[in-house]
Amino acid sequence: MSQHRIGRQTVAFPMAPTILSSAAVVGPKEGRGPYGDHFDLVIPDALYNQESYEQAEHAIFLEACSRCMKKAQLQPKDVQAMLGGDLLNQIMAASLSARELSIPFLGLYGACSTMAESLLLGAILTDGGYASPVLCAAGSHFCTAERQYRFPLEYGNQRTPAAQWTVTGAGACMLSHQGKGLARIHLATIGAVIDMGVKDANNMGAAMAPAAADTLAAHFRDTGRAPADYDRIITGDLGQVGSSILKELMIEKHYPLSDEQYLDCGLLIFDPHEDIHAGGSGCGCSASILSAHILPKIKSGEWKRVLFMATGALLSPTTTQQGESIPGVAHALVLEGDS
Amino acid sequence: MDQNRNNTLSHKEIMQRYAELVKKFTPKSKLAQGCLRSFWVGGSICVLGQAIADIGAAWLKLTSTAASSLASVSLVFLTALLTGIGVFDRIARYAGAGTVVPITGFANAMVSPAMEFKPEGWVLGTGAKMFTIAGPVLVYGISASVMVGILYHFIRW
Repeated sequence: MSQHRIGRQTVAFPMAPTILSSAAVVGPKEGRGPYGDHFDLVIPDALYNQESYEQAEHAIFLEACSRCMKKAQLQPKDVQAMLGGDLLNQIMAASLSARELSIPFLGLYGACSTMAESLLLGAILTDGGYASPVLCAAGSHFCTAERQYRFPLEYGNQRTPAAQWTVTGAGACMLSHQGKGLARIHLATIGAVIDMGVKDANNMGAAMAPAAADTLAAHFRDTGRAPADYDRIITGDLGQVGSSILKELMIEKHYPLSDEQYLDCGLLIFDPHEDIHAGGSGCGCSASILSAHILPKIKSGEWKRVLFMATGALLSPTTTQQGESIPGVAHALVLEGDS
Repeated sequence: MDQNRNNTLSHKEIMQRYAELVKKFTPKSKLAQGCLRSFWVGGSICVLGQAIADIGAAWLKLTSTAASSLASVSLVFLTALLTGIGVFDRIARYAGAGTVVPITGFANAMVSPAMEFKPEGWVLGTGAKMFTIAGPVLVYGISASVMVGILYHFIRW
């Protein structure tokens, strides 16, 4: 194998592809959260002038992609590849956006880990000289996720305390082999699918935490680094339950995470006073926080090196009903300042 | 995870240990608060239904069967209206079983999918999906009543 490979699961990018620009478009609830002012656009209502929530999800996805391209001063014809996905069946929000943009498209599904998956593959394409610039994007919508995975919106039921709230939002990043941008991707650790037998679809944090712990441990083992080598270690959407479990698992693995260093996008995105129970989830959660909070912090130099790890619960309503447990996956990226 | 490759513990033991960890960190539903809320909201719905039936009997001179039908119809209509204007789910989030158990829960279970799946059309959307939640209640409710009916036919008490 080439020099790009470190250990069993980690890949290195000698050219360290740069994230030229990023954009995030979110729903009203996310807009009321602590990072409301940092998003590029907060849509006024969940339908966003569309006839269905699926169309709204597509419109949000497309808007994030368009704004990201505009910030990088690129036209769709200049972009050599688009990688992305969402939570809709057959990843339709991403596919419909790709239809509008006419950029060579590779659709991805990694549940809520999709943003990290797209950046990871985008960095491989860019670093390998196969495509540049590459547009990476992911999105989700609360209303479409509810009907697909749970109940109709107006159905009167109570959510369990461990349940998470799907983020309405999309984030996009433009990767390039040249130019100065927000941050650079130096390393990526591809996660294995881990299933510890959690069957409760209302406790996805618990289903994903072992995968997050596995990828983190693999990253430290492969690179010889320790948690202290990172200013921040940020997971996608483990929520309250999942992040508490992850911290516990990392102690067991002898890589303890400190409280000030470890963050979870699912715990950052909403105002804690909202009725969101264990935190945010969905592809749009890590994607929008990456663009609105993480990349600006790296750009400003406040955070020098960040491990960004989006986590996904790989379940479908069919397999859950058939009694199958929920496999989890997590992919990690090392982001450093572009100085 | 790493522990999967750990030979000292069996796979089953690792899963069990993890299940305990999950249990430790998963917050529990507030049982007492939930019971109290569902009791007073559910009770109030039943009081309202009884009031409608009594009014029907006293003012409209309805028979007791017709009066209870009036109560059911009124509660179903009210629920459908509140579901339609997006209020019912908020009440239900507070009340839990208090709104699910009375006939209000059934009405909401029919109206909410009918609204939700309208973008897919009147036939394959609203028509086909209207029974996704209430369907099992109908299937097993009607089956149970048929069984009881047959039993009653043979054992009249």
